[in-house]
Amino acid sequence: MVLELGEERLQAQRMVREFVDREVAPHIAEWDREQRTDPILLPRMGELGILGICLPTRFGGQGYDYLTLGLVCEELERMDTSLRVIMSVHMGLNSLALLQWGNDEQKRRLLKPQALGEQVGAFCLTEPGAGSDVAALRATARRDGDAYVLNGEKMWVSLATRADNFLVVARHDTEAQPAHMGLSAFIVNRDMVGVTTGDIHGKLGIRAGSTGWVAMQDVLVPLRNRLGEEGEGFKIAMSALDNGRYTVASGATGLIRACLEASLRYARERRSFGQPIGQHQLVKQKLAYMQQWYDCARLLWLQAGWLKNRGQRNSRETGLAKWYATDHSVKAALEAVQLHGAYGFSDEFPVERYLRNSKGATIYEGTSEIHQLMQADYALGLRKDRTLRCELPAWDEDFWLGDDVAP
Amino acid sequence: MHVVTFTRSTPDTAARLTVDADGCVSQGDAAMVVNPWDEYSLEESIAQAEDQGGTATAVAIGPEVHEEALRQALAMGANAALRIDDPALAGADSIGWATVAAATVRRLDDVDLVIFGKEAVDVGSDQHQIQTARLLGWPFIGAVSRILELETGAGSMRVERSLEHGKQVLTCRLPAVISVLKDINEPRYPSFMGIRRASRASIPVWSLADLEITLPQALTMEMKLEEPPQRLAEAELLPGTPAEQAAALIARLEKEQVL
Repeated sequence: MVLELGEERLQAQRMVREFVDREVAPHIAEWDREQRTDPILLPRMGELGILGICLPTRFGGQGYDYLTLGLVCEELERMDTSLRVIMSVHMGLNSLALLQWGNDEQKRRLLKPQALGEQVGAFCLTEPGAGSDVAALRATARRDGDAYVLNGEKMWVSLATRADNFLVVARHDTEAQPAHMGLSAFIVNRDMVGVTTGDIHGKLGIRAGSTGWVAMQDVLVPLRNRLGEEGEGFKIAMSALDNGRYTVASGATGLIRACLEASLRYARERRSFGQPIGQHQLVKQKLAYMQQWYDCARLLWLQAGWLKNRGQRNSRETGLAKWYATDHSVKAALEAVQLHGAYGFSDEFPVERYLRNSKGATIYEGTSEIHQLMQADYALGLRKDRTLRCELPAWDEDFWLGDDVAP
Repeated sequence: MHVVTFTRSTPDTAARLTVDADGCVSQGDAAMVVNPWDEYSLEESIAQAEDQGGTATAVAIGPEVHEEALRQALAMGANAALRIDDPALAGADSIGWATVAAATVRRLDDVDLVIFGKEAVDVGSDQHQIQTARLLGWPFIGAVSRILELETGAGSMRVERSLEHGKQVLTCRLPAVISVLKDINEPRYPSFMGIRRASRASIPVWSLADLEITLPQALTMEMKLEEPPQRLAEAELLPGTPAEQAAALIARLEKEQVL
C-alpha cells in the first residue's frame, strides 16, 4: 500500500476544512439544537464541487480519486456527522452505484446532474420491517410494459426530504428463490406521481441532518430507470454499501479526530490541582487511546481507498474499516465527554453532540454485529466475494480527467 | 488589463512562535499558509482580471517556501505565478525587496495595477509597498476597502478607503499600487480544478540577473530577535450585584487613571 497522499489530495482536504470552518462551524450547534438543516448547505456543497469530488470530469465530476473522497468525508464529519451523511448517500450509495452499474445513457442523464451538484441522490433499502435482513424487504416493482409500478415504504432514508433521486431496491419477483434474487434496483425521482416523503424527528443524534421515510404508491418508473438487470438489485445494494461504508469509515475517523482535537484543547486549558488536566495520567491515557484509535481507523480506511483506486474488491477491508472506526468513534466521544467533566455534559462544548452523532453509524450500513459476523466468516473461509458483472472502476487518470467522447 | 499581486507564505496564525536565546524563531510543526492579508489582495486581483477580461499574476520574492502561497493563488484562479529567488536576497531589507518588486513589475511590462494585502502578518511590515510604488514612480493608495471604478482605457481608477474616522474616496491615474483591507471582498476557496492545475503547474523562478538588477546597500539591519518580556497579569472578581460591580469597576478605572 502506498501511504503518500500528495499535495493535491491534501490541498483538496484543506479546502473542505476551510469551507466547514468558515461556513458551518458558526451555526452547527444551533442547527443541531433546532433539528434543522440550512437549505443553502446542499447547493453550496454542489457549487464548490464537493458533491462530485471523485466522479470523472466527463460526467461532470471533479476527477479526484477515492482516497480524496475519504479525506473529504473525514473533514466533513470532523465538523458534523450530518455533513458526511450527505456524501454517504449522495456519493457512496447512489452516485457511485450509477458509476458502477449504470449504462452510458444513465450516466449522462442521471449521474451528471448529481456530479454537478444540480441534483442530489439518496438510497432506499431499509424498510419498517427489513434492515439487516435485506432479503425480507417487501416493496414491490411490478413490470407493466416499458415501465415498473413501485409500491412500498422505505425508512431511515438520509436526505429523504432533500434528495431529487432515490436508488430504490424493490421486489420484482415475489416467488424467487432464494428471495434476494427477486430484487431489482430503480432510480425513482421525487417528482414522480405517487412519491411522498417525510422527516423523522426526535433522533438521538445527527439532528442537523434529514433522515426520513419515502412512500411509493403506484409509482410508474420507466424501464430506462432500472439500474442493472432484473434480479441484480441485491448485488447492486451490497456493492453500493461497500461504497457507503467507505464514506462512513472515513467519516467516523474524522469524528474520532474531532473528539481528540476538542479534548487536547480542553486538556491544555482546564486546570485542576494546580496544573493543566493534561498533566494527569488518567487524562493522558484517554488522549493516548484517542490518538491510537484515530491512527488505526485512518490506516484501515486508507487501505480500503487504496484498493478502490486499484479497482480491487474491498468488501472485507471496507467492512473492517467501518466497524472499527464507528465503534471507536463512540468510544472516543465517550472519553471526550468524560474528559470535559461537567462541561462535556452540556452543549456549551461540542463533545456531547459528537457522542450523540457517533451512535448511529454503529447501526446503519451494517450494524457492528453484522460486521463481526462478516469478518469472522471471511476469516473462517465461509465467505468469499464473487466477481460482479460490473465492478467499481479503478481510478484511472486518463479516463477520470478525459473529455466526454459520447454524442 | 494586467493585475499583479505580491504574496508570501507565512506561518499559520494559530502557530505558537518562539524565539530562542540565539534569536532563532521557531513555529513548531505549524503549517505555512498564504499570508492571510494576501487572500484579499489575491481575490481582488483575480476578480478584477475576470471582470475586465485581463490577467492576474501572483509574484513571491524569496525562497521555495513561498511557492505554497503561489500555488494557493493559482488554485484560487490566478492566471500565472512567478517567484524571484537569488542568494543575494538573504539579508535584504525592505528597500532591497522593493527594488526587486519594482524591477519585476517593469519586466512584466504591461502591468496596470499592483495590489498588496494590508501587511505581511509574520513580520508586521508594509513599508515595502510604498517603497515599491516610489521606485516605480506610481501613485500609492493604502487602506482601500473598495474599488469603485477601474478604467484601463482612460487610465484611471476611483477607490474608497476606510479610515479611522470614516470613508474617503480618491481618484488616481493608472498604473498604480494599492493595498487592500479585509472589507474589500470575501476571498473565494480554491476550486478542486484549480488545486489540480496549481499542484501540476511549473512556477518559473527569476534571478536578479534575469531582472538585470543588483541590490542596493541595505539601509537597515536586523540586530537581534528576542521574546517580549512576559506580562504578569492578575484577575480579580468584583463582588456584589451587577450594578455594584459596574460602579466599583468605574471607580477602579478612574483610580488607575484609565478613564
